[in-house]
Amino acid sequence: MAETRGHLKRKLSSSTWIAVACVLAALHALPWLFPSILHIMIMIFLFSLMGQGWNVLGGYAGQFSFGHSVFFGLGAYVSSLLFVRLGLTPWIGLFVSCGAGVLLGLLIGFLSFRYGLKGPFFALIMLAFAEIFHMTATGWSAVGGALGVLIPLKGNAPGLMQFVQKEPFYFMTLWMMVGSLYLVWRLESTRLGLYFLAAREDHDAAEALGVNTFRAQMTAMVISAGMTAVGGTVYAQYLLYIDPDSTFGVVNSVEIMLRPIIGGPGTILGPFLGSVVLTPLSEVTRLAFQSYSGVYLMIYGVILVAVIMFLPDGLIGFARRVVRKFQKGAA
Amino acid sequence: MTFSFVAGSLLNGLLVGGVYSLMAIGLTLIFGVMKVVNFAHGSLIMLGMYTSYWAVVLLRFDPYLAILVSLAALFIIGACFQRFLINPILNAPEHNQLLLTLGVSLFMENLAVFLWSPDYRVLKTSYAGVNFYLGDLSISLVRLLAFVSAMILAGILYLVLTRTDLGKAIRAASEEPKGALLMGINIRRLYMITFGIGAACAGVSGAAITPFIPVYPYVGWLFVITAFVVVVLGGMGNVLGAFVGGLIIGVADSVGAMFLPGAMKSIISFTIFIIILLFKPAGLFGRKNG
Repeated sequence: MAETRGHLKRKLSSSTWIAVACVLAALHALPWLFPSILHIMIMIFLFSLMGQGWNVLGGYAGQFSFGHSVFFGLGAYVSSLLFVRLGLTPWIGLFVSCGAGVLLGLLIGFLSFRYGLKGPFFALIMLAFAEIFHMTATGWSAVGGALGVLIPLKGNAPGLMQFVQKEPFYFMTLWMMVGSLYLVWRLESTRLGLYFLAAREDHDAAEALGVNTFRAQMTAMVISAGMTAVGGTVYAQYLLYIDPDSTFGVVNSVEIMLRPIIGGPGTILGPFLGSVVLTPLSEVTRLAFQSYSGVYLMIYGVILVAVIMFLPDGLIGFARRVVRKFQKGAA
Repeated sequence: MTFSFVAGSLLNGLLVGGVYSLMAIGLTLIFGVMKVVNFAHGSLIMLGMYTSYWAVVLLRFDPYLAILVSLAALFIIGACFQRFLINPILNAPEHNQLLLTLGVSLFMENLAVFLWSPDYRVLKTSYAGVNFYLGDLSISLVRLLAFVSAMILAGILYLVLTRTDLGKAIRAASEEPKGALLMGINIRRLYMITFGIGAACAGVSGAAITPFIPVYPYVGWLFVITAFVVVVLGGMGNVLGAFVGGLIIGVADSVGAMFLPGAMKSIISFTIFIIILLFKPAGLFGRKNG
């Protein structure tokens, strides 16, 4: 009981605060200490931001999406096209992208949750939406077609979210991820956060107790879609090139959802932990086996199967069980 | 757009639809019996295509004899897949099974890239390019043969399911697994066999299209979503529904190909998918919700 109350009041012990401050300080010092790993760190932050987006819907609200690349791709395309065609700065494009993602999330959510779609059916409908966007982006030449969109490099232009160096992206993605962590941490203690869990654990019982599960799931969808779309915009500005396969492709949905699933779905740190494990793995094997660019996906497959069979609650769940066993042994 | 062009492409759509039917029957059989949504079905189709390709290229088999090789190989692969990976997590939440099959499919596809390179491989046969004419209609021989092969296997499977003890046991296990267990049916063995049959359907349909569709490691993605569309259209677990659904989607795809640019031709079937999922999740012919 005391534990539950502490959980809800969101009070952290002072030692935890000190630990958080130390980790943040270390992350801020990192660009000067290890400048060579900045790219990997940016990818870790970016994918844990989007993984957190997936986690709100999949981990907390229990609706597994197989098509989060639809929000990622939409975020990337909206801001890039606004910039290339209309010259609108991606800083504003970021909000437009986020809004577009939210609208699409509302549409898909309204259609799916109204009819109580869940489990594999929801997963597949998300996949179908992602594939429709994938095919449209490939076939429609007005949005670049199969060749995609090349974002012109304007040199060092902070006003256009373009930087010659990687450090600004590093800090930007770091703080976006920290923001997403904070948001989800706060969310866990709200009534809404509890509704998410109630809808996940027992949809009918939650309804019977007066929880509006439809509204809870819609809210989860909105937060999830918005976060992922923001990630897409930053990704496009960082790499300056997008095409249908690298944005709306199935592989991206897998990349986004694997992080929280392996780290621990429905936990605050799960997406970050999963990203810390998977991102370096994919970047390193991509460099090591250049001619077999899919090797990292093969390893992803093995890890996914192993996690589902042996650690169904992810690395965090595993760590918790180990700690509990250790404490029991001590007592 | 002349009449014979429209009729010809509808007919070709119907022929490909027959192959979709067989793919979907495998998928729906596995779902019906085990309640497992097998995301790796596309990879099994891919393995069926490679098996037949290598049997033709290395062992000089006739492509239509190679179908039998694919059938046997995929049955064994499917049974092992079920025994060692699916069986241990049969009682886990259903999305975990979906994720497991996704992991297996990631592994198999990229193993195929590793072993056989991502190149497109085209099977050169004397059949390809042969067309015969029915009045104005041109029908491609390889598509017709693919349709016929798929129909033969679907027919055999139908007879097995309705006329044999094994089929009776499979249907019993799909309707009432506990009851079937109590009646002395060996459920574990039955699940293995069913998964093997489902995988063999994927293998045969893959082998049947190898003479006219290039083989590459990610080719399964062309079909796996289509197979899901068909399964949902026919009602999850409904074998007869999957059969009819396959023909419908085959024709719908060919209609899409007439009006839409190549990359977008499947949009029609995807839209059907979304509409069915939303308004009639039990499928066109479904009674109970899947």
